[in-house]
Amino acid sequence: MSPVLWPLVIPFVGAILCFMTRHTGIDRWISVAAALAHTVVSILLVVEVADGSILAVQLGDWPAPFGISMVADGLGAAMTLITGITGLAVAVYSISDVGQRAAFSGFHSLFQMLLAGVTGAFLTGDLFNLYVWFEVMLISSFGLLVLNKGRDTLRGAMPYVALNLISTIFFLTAVGLLYGLTGSLNMAHLRVTLDGLEPSMTLSWVTLLLLLAFGIKSAVFPLFFWLPAAYHTPAFSVSAIFAGLLTKVGVYALIRTFTTIMPLEPLFADILLWCALLTMFVGVIGAAAQQEVRQILSFHIVSQIGYMVLGLALNSRLALIGAMFYLIHHIIVKANLFLVAGVIHRVTGGSQLKSIGGLYAAQPILAILFLIPAFSLAGFPPLSGFWAKYVLIQASMELSDWIAAGTALLVGLLTIYSMTKIWGEAFWKPHPAGDDALHGKGIAWSAWVPIGTLAALTVIIGLFPSPFYAFAEMSAQSLLDPSGYIEAVLGGSAP
Amino acid sequence: MNSLIYKVGANLLFGILLVFSIFMLLRGHNEPGGGFIGGLIGAVAFIVYKMSENIAATKKVLRVNPEHLAVFGLTIALAAGLMGPALGEGVFAGQWLFVGGTEDTKGWPISSVLLFDIGVYLTVLGAIVALVLEMERHL
Repeated sequence: MSPVLWPLVIPFVGAILCFMTRHTGIDRWISVAAALAHTVVSILLVVEVADGSILAVQLGDWPAPFGISMVADGLGAAMTLITGITGLAVAVYSISDVGQRAAFSGFHSLFQMLLAGVTGAFLTGDLFNLYVWFEVMLISSFGLLVLNKGRDTLRGAMPYVALNLISTIFFLTAVGLLYGLTGSLNMAHLRVTLDGLEPSMTLSWVTLLLLLAFGIKSAVFPLFFWLPAAYHTPAFSVSAIFAGLLTKVGVYALIRTFTTIMPLEPLFADILLWCALLTMFVGVIGAAAQQEVRQILSFHIVSQIGYMVLGLALNSRLALIGAMFYLIHHIIVKANLFLVAGVIHRVTGGSQLKSIGGLYAAQPILAILFLIPAFSLAGFPPLSGFWAKYVLIQASMELSDWIAAGTALLVGLLTIYSMTKIWGEAFWKPHPAGDDALHGKGIAWSAWVPIGTLAALTVIIGLFPSPFYAFAEMSAQSLLDPSGYIEAVLGGSAP
Repeated sequence: MNSLIYKVGANLLFGILLVFSIFMLLRGHNEPGGGFIGGLIGAVAFIVYKMSENIAATKKVLRVNPEHLAVFGLTIALAAGLMGPALGEGVFAGQWLFVGGTEDTKGWPISSVLLFDIGVYLTVLGAIVALVLEMERHL
């Protein structure tokens, strides 16, 4: 079997095995093992594509563009690996975080299904198949949201599902129009056909619909309201994997569609640019107004999405490198912050900033492990976020887009504000119930290990950015010039 | 729901929707249709039934736990996809078995393609019904 398919098959097998063993308690270990295997095969995949080569498989041996192609290029492979790493971290974390009741209802099984959906979205080379993976993700994430939860969660889950369904309708309409226009949905074949077409009204509609569909998925201003409503109620493992991966699939779909399939028209690039800037700004302002740890972090997801979309909207090589760097950095940091939020909740007994405190005295190591992703998020050197922001700001300056550069800097500053707010309230100030309230509240190894590892990754990317930068550069190159991609999928004989 | 009209209508609809869902499943081989849409229609049948009765009655009429149905479907769908590489072909390559073929006819075809579609059908039906019942339990 081709190395492209292993990261897809493993989580499916994992899901089935986890379901069968969900009453025995070994399902959580199967989940960890499957996530580990996923990470290992993804590393092999990244190694294979690191020299710029692109791997393609045709499902069912139907030649492209008739069958479904699965493709791993630099961006796809990197995102698959980061899915594996985040999945592994959260699988380990959930050993102690997810209770028996949730496990009995099939938590680990749904979790693996979610990983399968995310991986599929990153590896598919077919626009309709992308929709199928979106559905796999949506159903399993909805299952995780409502698992053994009451009305509060449902209240958050309903807008999440409703908006995602609206996004699906936009997406399918666009897919239908595109199929009518070109007679194909294979991404490589679409590019070949669209290159030979004059710009038309239909094509503009397709662009607009796809922007709306993926904009909702990735929570871009003004379509982000569902996100802060849904991300702060479920189990911490669930919100960590959502925060790390789900919206980033939307961003990935934007990048893939508007580089590989059809480059953005200047008008739409301008619209996207302003949306990106407003997303960054509104997200960070929203975060400043929140008083609950996960809600602050949720608004920051929105704000950070803006940076990645900015990279796409600026539409230069350096900006794309920045967007890719940002994606990778953000997934690690954001998942980690949500995991830390889970530990904060367990140790202090709450998530509302005014009712917790005293963590610095009780858990100094945790304080450091919070500071690393928090400062990275704000863009402190030498952490990973610094390089991600640096590349993006440099790209804006290169294009003399001073507004974008200024906004990126300003939002970075405002990010520090919310991070210091969490720091000051949860870690620095004494616990309102007295410091004795924190005594005897230990932190399980299964929480230390993933948080420590993800923090270490942040530091490693920050200290040794050059291999990551080189990989992002290679990937951006193949996004801007998809001839290699087309060659790999369609073979020499492009019809 | 406490409407007599709805209850009578639901009983009728229930059967029609189920038959229609199987029809869509089988039609999907060469025409629009297939496991996904068939499974959705099948799920609608049980949701209609749930609205006229209650959760316990729906579970009883479904006979199997919907979650088990979903995972069983996933398993056979995956098995159908992996039959190709097991027999030395590509993943999801269709495997065909012709029963009772003579010189003139190919015989009765049995394929991994249909197995895959049935798997998708059961997965979608099971997952949607499980989700809806779980939500209804909380409301």
